[in-house]
Amino acid sequence: MDWGSVLIDGLLSTIGPITAAYAISAIGLNLQFGYAGLLNFGHVAFMLVGAYGTAITVNLGGPLWLGIIVGILAAALLGLLIGLPTLRLRADYLAITTIAVAEVIRLLVRSSWAQPLTNGVFGIQGFADSFFDLNPFAPAELYGFGTFVVTGRKLWVMLVGWTLVVLLTLLVRRLIKSPWGRVLKAIREDEDATIALGKNVFAYKLQALMIGGAIAGIAGILLAVEQRNVTPDAYLPKITFILYVIVILGGAGTILGPIVGAVVFQFLFFTIDALMVNAQANIGWVGDFLTPAAAGQIKLVLVGVGMMVLMIFRPQGILGNKEEALIDER
Amino acid sequence: MSRRARFAWFWLATITIVVMTPLASFAAGESIGGTLIQRLEDEKLPIEGVTITVSQDGNEIGAGESAAGGKWEISVPGAGIYQVRLETSTLPDGVALTDPDKEELPNVEVRDGQTKKVLFPLGEGIVSSVSTYERVGFLFVAGLKLGAIIALSAVGLSLVFGVTGLVNFAHAEMVTLGAVAAYFFHASPAGPQWPLVVAVFPAVLVGVAFGWIQERGLWRPLRARHTGLVAMMVVSIGLSFAVRNLILIFFGGEPRAYPDFAGQAPIEILGIPMVPKQLITIGVSLIVLAGVGLFLQRSRSGTAMRAVADDADLAESSGINVDRIILITWMLAGGLAALGGTFFGLNQAIQWDMGFKLLLLIFAAVVLGGLGTAYGAMVGGFIVGVTVEMSTLIFPNELKTAVGLVLLIVILLVKPQGLLGKKERIG
Repeated sequence: MDWGSVLIDGLLSTIGPITAAYAISAIGLNLQFGYAGLLNFGHVAFMLVGAYGTAITVNLGGPLWLGIIVGILAAALLGLLIGLPTLRLRADYLAITTIAVAEVIRLLVRSSWAQPLTNGVFGIQGFADSFFDLNPFAPAELYGFGTFVVTGRKLWVMLVGWTLVVLLTLLVRRLIKSPWGRVLKAIREDEDATIALGKNVFAYKLQALMIGGAIAGIAGILLAVEQRNVTPDAYLPKITFILYVIVILGGAGTILGPIVGAVVFQFLFFTIDALMVNAQANIGWVGDFLTPAAAGQIKLVLVGVGMMVLMIFRPQGILGNKEEALIDER
Repeated sequence: MSRRARFAWFWLATITIVVMTPLASFAAGESIGGTLIQRLEDEKLPIEGVTITVSQDGNEIGAGESAAGGKWEISVPGAGIYQVRLETSTLPDGVALTDPDKEELPNVEVRDGQTKKVLFPLGEGIVSSVSTYERVGFLFVAGLKLGAIIALSAVGLSLVFGVTGLVNFAHAEMVTLGAVAAYFFHASPAGPQWPLVVAVFPAVLVGVAFGWIQERGLWRPLRARHTGLVAMMVVSIGLSFAVRNLILIFFGGEPRAYPDFAGQAPIEILGIPMVPKQLITIGVSLIVLAGVGLFLQRSRSGTAMRAVADDADLAESSGINVDRIILITWMLAGGLAALGGTFFGLNQAIQWDMGFKLLLLIFAAVVLGGLGTAYGAMVGGFIVGVTVEMSTLIFPNELKTAVGLVLLIVILLVKPQGLLGKKERIG
């Protein structure tokens, strides 16, 4: 076993653009679930809408900056459309409805009806070129030291991605410290009491859903730009569940929770991956029964088990505060 | 052979091997192959045991049979143009080429070193010239069949919600586990290879056991810890995720079919083509659902179950052992879901994520009928099933699940307590 390369592989993936995108999406989910207590199980739909909003706009001849604006606005609009009818429902009904809406959107996007616009299951490519034209680094050159290196292309996406993480964290921090944020937390703690104080609870929830959705839209755009590709089947419900693991792991309802959660989750995920690949290559008996496909599935089993264990034994996550931990009663 | 000649032969052979080895891996082994898959509704079923022949200018070059997973491959001597023919007489009953003219592909070009992939699209053998009446009737029966499967699976979910308040996402895996267990007892080389009608009984027992294990090992301890319902829902998602991927590891990603009843020929009743296994599914489901209804109305446990669902504290104070009733509910739910899963596998395909694909339609049925009511889930199941299948008259086939989910959303907006649910605050 080469522990050094396992660690470096794990770390390199952890600081990569995908982690940044997950962190951004988790920031949005944290606003909805951690602060407003909304059990939104269709979060991945916001990422899909953001990514497709951008890709379709560019595909129809628009510039990328316009596409990004369209993507973010479309994601916020989706929050409005989902929220208006469903936010009056109890948590379990909201969960069922949102996951259903997310699946409906994915099925519509990949259907033959939408093919002229979305290109169906084949997805859209080549919308991110102008983003990479702005890259100040040499795309093919390696940056870093020793074996800890990334290409200039990746470095550019990473730089943008993590900058967005910082900016959006500051934005959410500002929102939460404002009177608006305090009302949001009050709704989570005791909705009836907040109504009794004369607050329009519905409007606050709707705003949280829309802002959180727009942030997830940004995450979807970043992910699509990084992969230079959008396909409907990249937006399965399992992404939403992974984001829940990230938010709960970091600490739902904390400012830094989504970042900590995303980094720790991705580090564990990728290190276990690198560990298994390494074990397959270097330890004979492991390679005999552990196929690469099985290794990927074992990781997902661990995600599921981790989600259960975390929720049972440490629902407040790494940074959370037990008293403030949500989700105690229905 | 002289020593010199032997020497020459040795070198010639060596050089040939050295030169040919890279070429061999590159050039040798031109072949024609493919995978025979029947598209049945949304599912892809591999078709085994179908003969395919390859000929060139009228001379037969080779023949082969599709093996497990529907895969077939026939070696050809080299690059060139070949004719590939699927012997339609060897297709199982009820399976036919979606385009009957494509029985022989006359111009299959194989290049150097290529394994040429050839596609024979297969479908149900009833596509040719159906009248609107036949099509509507067929879809209605297919809808009743899907409805029966959904209803069987949904009753348990609704009962569990009734007695514990939990929306159990891992219910999907109870469905999959039933189908996979039936496959193990029926068709797995490691299993006893019983006929499917026998194998379904131990499969249901596996489902009952899974319900028991979940309640005793997870949900009862969590209730004792006063874990909140939303937290439990998140736990059930984790459980669903873990079990689903465990099934993937052990069962594999390929869809499979039960060898019994595979490719049944449709029969005609009132001029409408129906596959017998659809009718069996509907009939058995109705009997089982009626049995569940009798159990709930007449038996002590069933009455107690309704009492707990109505008001657990009141039930407890009138001497009902609530924990025992909840345990029975979980076992009942597990058994019903396993039966539903087996029927689902019988009619479509057995696959690791089949339960999760069905889960949202189960949710739709449960919400439509009224969360927590057993009869509502039954009615809801049939309504959702028929709506989903009939929707393909108007919408493309790939959108039929979406239609079911839209129905769910609309019901939540119009009548959130469902058709048979009591009015309560759900906002």
